[in-house]
Amino acid sequence: MTPVEIRAAVLDILEGIAQDDDLSQLDDGTAFREQLELDSMDFLDIVMELRKRYRVQIPEEDYPRLGSMASTVEYLTPLMKDISA
Amino acid sequence: MYDTIIIGAGMSGLAAGIRLAHYDRKVCVLERHTTIGGLNSFYRLNRRDYDVGLHAVTNFTPRGTKKGPLARLLRQLRFRWEDFSLSEQIQSAIEFPGVSLRFDNDIELLRSEIARSFPTQVDAFETLLGRIVDYDDLDQEVYSLSTRAILSEIFTEPLLVEMLLCPLMWYGNAREHDMDFGQFCIMFRSIYLEGFARPFKGVRLILKNLVRRFRELGGELKLRKGVARIRMEGGRAVGVVLDDGTEIEGKVILSSAGRTETMRMCFGSATPLPEPGQLSFIETIAVLDRQPREIGHDRTIVFFNDSPQFHWRRPTDSLCDVRTGVVCSPNNFRYAPEDGDLPDGVIRITALADHDAWRRLDEPDYRREKALWFDRTAESAVRFVSDYRSYVVDSDMFTPNTIRRFTWHDNGAVYGAPEKVLDGRTPIEGLYLCGTDQGYVGIIGSIISGLTIANRYVLAN
Ligand SMILES: Cc1cc2nc3c(=O)[nH]c(=O)nc-3n(C[C@H](O)[C@H](O)[C@H](O)COP(=O)(O)OP(=O)(O)OC[C@H]3O[C@@H](n4cnc5c(N)ncnc54)[C@H](O)[C@@H]3O)c2cc1C
Repeated sequence: MTPVEIRAAVLDILEGIAQDDDLSQLDDGTAFREQLELDSMDFLDIVMELRKRYRVQIPEEDYPRLGSMASTVEYLTPLMKDISA
Repeated sequence: MYDTIIIGAGMSGLAAGIRLAHYDRKVCVLERHTTIGGLNSFYRLNRRDYDVGLHAVTNFTPRGTKKGPLARLLRQLRFRWEDFSLSEQIQSAIEFPGVSLRFDNDIELLRSEIARSFPTQVDAFETLLGRIVDYDDLDQEVYSLSTRAILSEIFTEPLLVEMLLCPLMWYGNAREHDMDFGQFCIMFRSIYLEGFARPFKGVRLILKNLVRRFRELGGELKLRKGVARIRMEGGRAVGVVLDDGTEIEGKVILSSAGRTETMRMCFGSATPLPEPGQLSFIETIAVLDRQPREIGHDRTIVFFNDSPQFHWRRPTDSLCDVRTGVVCSPNNFRYAPEDGDLPDGVIRITALADHDAWRRLDEPDYRREKALWFDRTAESAVRFVSDYRSYVVDSDMFTPNTIRRFTWHDNGAVYGAPEKVLDGRTPIEGLYLCGTDQGYVGIIGSIISGLTIANRYVLAN
């Protein structure tokens, strides 16, 4: 997957979690926590959805790297480069 | 072999099931009753739809709200806000002799009511609000502090303390007389700071959404499959034995049957078991030939108590205690114009009842006492709400026997045992409690409980 595809995949996960939010205005540089008020349970959800959908395993010490869209895509790019979209 | 076996298809069991099935766990919900819903189910009688419990869904927050239990559970269950179709209450009230406090889903109303009736307590109320906002949900030590002790330090008007406690105890206190401060904070937020709402179609809408989702995700629901025993090997739960003798294996077991009840499934009745709850209710349901507002009753819920002291105890010298009660009219919510009015006017009243005394009655006595207490409950309530008695066209009533018969909770205790197990753990590895006895009660509370326990003990591993 390319970074653009990874971004779309993460967006799809976020849309599933926060179904009432309009994510078209999401700012990639700002923390999810601030924009969407996701709590720690919701972060666990992002991790679990990635595992469920793409079999990507993210160790707990890396969770902080999923803070914003930009950092998430950057972190996932090497992990997901061999996965087909 | 299941990844997880869940005992009970009430709100908490179904919510846990959805969460686990969503993440591809092989999960099975076992329910002894012929239908889902547990303490908050629904039925049809004389061609009318009834809810077993539902007065109101608590914890209401408007669409788009990101904080709070409702928003959290919608995200975790992957539901949209619309899926619960919640319509807000009109207005509720706490009625004590000579004093009335109105409240709705905006804390400003309660604040101004307190300023009007208890002008000296305005600052104290703000102090209390501050403590509730600061309170952190799961600290066991703070959780079990005495609410009465804390409130009597903050307020100098005992009557206001009693009045504030009345709705919160009625909607979620398993302990007699006093309340754990943690439970008080949870209930305060869910009722006074968030608020009441109801789906036009009642609790069946929520339950049907839950069960449909669970099945779509591949979860298995087995009705008429009661769990008789939990099987253990070397201190670890390994499966269950059903009432019909069938054995089912599971790696983890979540039980919403209650703490005492679940321990009995492990150890039988011979060993000492934790103390079950004492508080059970009767509920009378009167169907009217008109909307309640046409007889001047437009309150959503009225919590009444006929003396300055609020009595929250199991009655000891009589089948029921009707000095205090809750009058709910499901008609009095702000339903969407396209829904219009509910087909029938309904007045539901809850009063305290003594489970053992009801259990001892033989059939003719049971029927007679039911009729008697139906009338006494109404008689007590009409001191605080419009007299609706000449408009009743149909009625139903349930007693502690009914609650026990359909949920198997000891003593028909609606809010479960007084000692909550906040972390859901049991002495047995692989067996966890969810729902009422984990500490969260009510519809929203029990759903949150199911989610929390599923997350913590199954998904996080
Ligand atoms: C009259 C009444 C009015 C209420 N009104 C409201 C209200 O207006 N608003 C609100 O938010 N809450 C209300 N509640 C409270 C709310 O209904 C409960 O807090 C909530 O439904 C509890 O859900 P639960 O999943 O924890 O437990 P339960 O609903 O008790 O679910 C447990 C399930 O386990 C099953 N079970 C038990 N033992 C076994 C066994 N051995 N094997 C298999 N299955 C078993 C039971 O049949 C039951 O279905 C009311 C309750 C009552 C009784």
